[in-house]
This record gives sequence, structure tokens and C-alpha cells, in this order.
Amino acid sequence: MDSQLDNLIRRLARLPGLGPRSARRAVLHLLQNRDRLMLPLAEDLGQVARNIRSCANCGNLDTGDICALCRDAQRDRQTICVVEDVGDLWAMERAAVYRGLYHVLGGTLSAIDGRGPSELNIDRLLTRAREQVGEVILALPATVEGQTTAHYLHEKLSPLSIEVTRLAHGVPVGGELDFLDDGTLAQALKARGRIGSQ
Amino acid sequence: MERQQVAPGRQAEAQLTSLSLRDFRNYADCRVTIGAPNVLLLGENGSGKTNLMEAVSLLAPGRGLRRARAEHLPRQDSGGEQWAVSAELLTAGEVIRVGTGVPADSDSGRRIMRRDGETVSQTEIGRLLSVSWLTPRMDGIFVDSPGARRRFLDRLVIAFDAAHIGRTNRYEKLLRERGALLAEGRADEAWFSAIEASLAESAIAVTAARQALIADLNAEAAAGWFDFPGVRLALDGTVEDWLAEGSALQAEDRFIAVARTRRMAGDTALAGPHSSDMNAVNSHTGAPAHLASTGQQKALLIAVVLAHARLQARRLGRPPLLLLDDVVAHLDVARRAALFEAVGAVGAQAWFSGTDHDDFEGLDAQSLSISADAGTASITQSEE
Ligand SMILES: [Zn+2]
Repeated sequence: MDSQLDNLIRRLARLPGLGPRSARRAVLHLLQNRDRLMLPLAEDLGQVARNIRSCANCGNLDTGDICALCRDAQRDRQTICVVEDVGDLWAMERAAVYRGLYHVLGGTLSAIDGRGPSELNIDRLLTRAREQVGEVILALPATVEGQTTAHYLHEKLSPLSIEVTRLAHGVPVGGELDFLDDGTLAQALKARGRIGSQ
Repeated sequence: MERQQVAPGRQAEAQLTSLSLRDFRNYADCRVTIGAPNVLLLGENGSGKTNLMEAVSLLAPGRGLRRARAEHLPRQDSGGEQWAVSAELLTAGEVIRVGTGVPADSDSGRRIMRRDGETVSQTEIGRLLSVSWLTPRMDGIFVDSPGARRRFLDRLVIAFDAAHIGRTNRYEKLLRERGALLAEGRADEAWFSAIEASLAESAIAVTAARQALIADLNAEAAAGWFDFPGVRLALDGTVEDWLAEGSALQAEDRFIAVARTRRMAGDTALAGPHSSDMNAVNSHTGAPAHLASTGQQKALLIAVVLAHARLQARRLGRPPLLLLDDVVAHLDVARRAALFEAVGAVGAQAWFSGTDHDDFEGLDAQSLSISADAGTASITQSEE
């Protein structure tokens, strides 16, 4: 195989959800649709890589320094929903059941993987929580790392006089928000409980 | 000695009526149909009898009777990662096609489970089917390491509650998290206490699930059955003691407090479900299993497996499949006959293996002769 092609396939195969087999299929498909698909895709990739950045307030991905959600005056600024990554934020937005603000941690605590509190967007969350916030909802996955992170944040937030709640986990263990259907997510949000009161 | 059926008036059934293997261990492509209550695998040692039993064990949740790593399952000469085991399962008057393996179009290389052509979770398969086994390797279980006994016990729990797999994995992962944090020497109290709070929850959940199973099993196993002795199991450990003295919430609080106090004092060790031990005694004589003769230990172990099978038949309306690898040759004639009768009474489809047909006199079984030629196994099915 040509080395340029081989490189492209190798890179694609490293993407989540893909592997060598699907990468080869994708590259063949792109080459068969160069003008309609491949070149526009290359252009989009370049544009997004240049323009999209993390919101300095919440960690969401957007074109501005402060994202559209954080600038939206219609949203309830008293409530912050903490999620693991932007994929989970998108899932909550797709479900259209939540009208507050978000905070994207950018991962969960894992000593084994060397991800500690300083590697996550936690200091900024504590700063935000000290400013005029009434409730922090921890919408973290039911995995070991997600729940350890929820415990950790609860401990850090509890000295502040705000309510800390978490999603009701009728959610399968290891299930991530991104894989939940909208109805389940709405239920989990409605049935959220104060931590320690279950 | 009881002689009645386990679930009277109800045909407790869970039987494989066919089994297919593709690129699994030393099997290239084989299919057999099963037309008798039991199955008898005959063949030289090393021909692939245990491989076939392993294939059956993988149809149920868990890592199978060898706890093999994924890369050891595909047939070596196939050069690929894919393999498949599928079977027709007759249960509650219905035939269901169940299967497991790594599909050819898999990018992850991960084993999946299928039911009637749909990919399903282990938990869902666990509701349909469970498999229990006895292998020569388990002969010394009562004198072996506590870890082997804990794994055995956890498998007994999983037969009723596939979520126990997740529960124990979670606990072990949290232990590793705590270990990694200790090794790093980070003094992040909030992080430690987050891990220890989760650890406490899972430690209590794992212990409670094990204790519930032992209580039910003891009620079932106390009397003895056919020619097999009565058995009483007990679980010893720190969390077990705490649960005996107070509520689950109090036990959680004690776990957290002890973990913190020890850690502050520089003691990284922690007592929990990973350090508990299960022991067994003969319920008639009170004699501990680990002091019994080899033959008595084997009889006690069979008694536990039979009681567990009866409990499933009663509770779930279906017995497990029983894989009895190389078990019969080491029993005397009376015990053999008792074992054949007992598996019949529990309604379980039992898979026996051996080298000599004469050892199985009186067993109603479909015989499969297994031979290996140049590393590849083949099965000859006898018409009975
Ligand atoms: Zn923002």
C-alpha cells in the first residue's frame, strides 16, 4: 500500500469507535467521493481545528472565548450541571430537559491513569460555585472513576452553602450519559437526589 | 436420604440440543446435536474434551472454566482473532439460540454474547442460562489458597445475580486506585476519602451478596443428598464480623474509619472482601473440609455443586448446565451411581468427560468421541 494512504488509515484507525477495518472502509469511501465528501471534509477539519476552543468559563467547545451557552441570558445561572466531557453536555442538550449552565471536567479522577484533580477542570468549578450558585448537579457516569469523582467534588463543595445533587442512577453501571436515550436522561434529572440523603 | 424430584410438577429444564464451534481452541468447525438428557465426552487426554466444556462454559456470563485470556481462545492455525460458540438452548419449552465469540467484523476484538441473533448483555444471558463446573483443578479447593475459594463462591453468586461480576470488578478496581494513590505518595485527603467511601460501599455490597448466597445454600445443603454428605459453608472476614455486629451503614462507616486511621498511621493494608475466606464443614460430623481425606473433600465439593443446582432449579425454575470434567473416574462405583441419579433428579443436563466408557455404566447420555489429529479436534457422534 502507498505510504500516504497507509498513514491516513493508521491515523483514522486510532479514532474512538473505529479500528483498522472500518478505517480502510472509510478511506476507500472517501476516495470514491473526493469532491463531494473528501475535500469538504478536509476543509472542515482545518477550520474546526483553527477556530474551536474550550470555553474559559465552563469548558464547553465553541468558537468564542466564552461559549454561547454561558452567554445565553435565558439560561438559569443558579444551577450548574457537572459533566465528564462535552459529549455528555451535548447529550443533555439533545434531551432538552435542562435549562441551567454546565461545567465540563474534561475527564474523571483515576490514580491508575495518572489523572488527578489538577489535571481536571476542578479549580474553576470551585471558583464558579462560590459565585451566586444555588445548586450543583453532578451528572457523572456510574463507573468507578465517575463515582469517585462525584464523592470528591461533593467533599470539596459541601463547605459552601449550596445544594449538591446527583442524577438518579437508574442508569446501568458503566453506562455513560452519551448512550442514554432522552427519556431516561429526563427521568434521571427529575429524580436527582441530594448526596447522602439516599 | 431424599429421593424426590427437586421441582415437583414442573419440568425444570435447561438443555443444549445442539452445539457448534468455529475456530475455538483446537476445533476448526464442528457441530453436534444432543438427543439424550446428558452428554458424555470420551477421548484421550489432550484431545479436546476440556476445550469443549470450556466452550459450553463461555455461553454463560463470566470468563469460563479456565478463566482464559481472550487471546488464548481463537484456534491458533486460524491466524485470526475471531471464534464462535453457539448452541440451541431448550428452556421453559422454548428453543433459544445463544452464542458467544469474537465476530469477524469486530474492530474491538471483544467477546460478545448473542441471543437469537441479537447482541445482548451478560446480564441478559445470565437470566436464561447458568453453567456450573467441577474440574480436576478444583480438587484441592478446600486446602488451596483463599483466592480460589473466593472465586468459587463468587461464581455461585453470579449464577443468581450476574450483576455480582460488576460488583466484584468495581471493588477490585477501587482497591487498585487506592493502591496507585498510595504508591504515588500524594497526600490528597479528599481524593483518598472519595475512593475509600466508594470502597466501603462496594465492600459491603460484595460481602452481603456472598452472605445471602451462603445462607440460602446452607439451608439447601445441610441434609445431604443421595450418597453425598451435608455441607455447611461459612465466610470469615473483618467486614463479615462488622455486619454480624451492626447494620450495613454502620459497617460502611467502620470500613471508612479503619481505612483512614490505618492510612494515617502508614499502614496501607486493608481488610475486606479480597481477604475474606470461605470454609466448609461436614454438617453431620462438624469436621472441617480442609482436614478431610481427598475422597471426602471431593464428595463435599460435589455436594455443594449439587445443592447449588437444586437451589437454582427451585428458585429460577431451571437448573444449570453441569460440566463434570474428569470427575467420575475418581469416584467409587456407589458414588458414581449416586451422582448419575442426583443429576437426573435435579433435572440438569450434565456433561461428563472420561477416557473409559465403562466408567459411565447406567448413565443416560449422548456419547461424543473426541480425537485430535495434527492438533485439530474432531467429534464422532454415536447414535444411541
Ligand atoms: Zn461556557
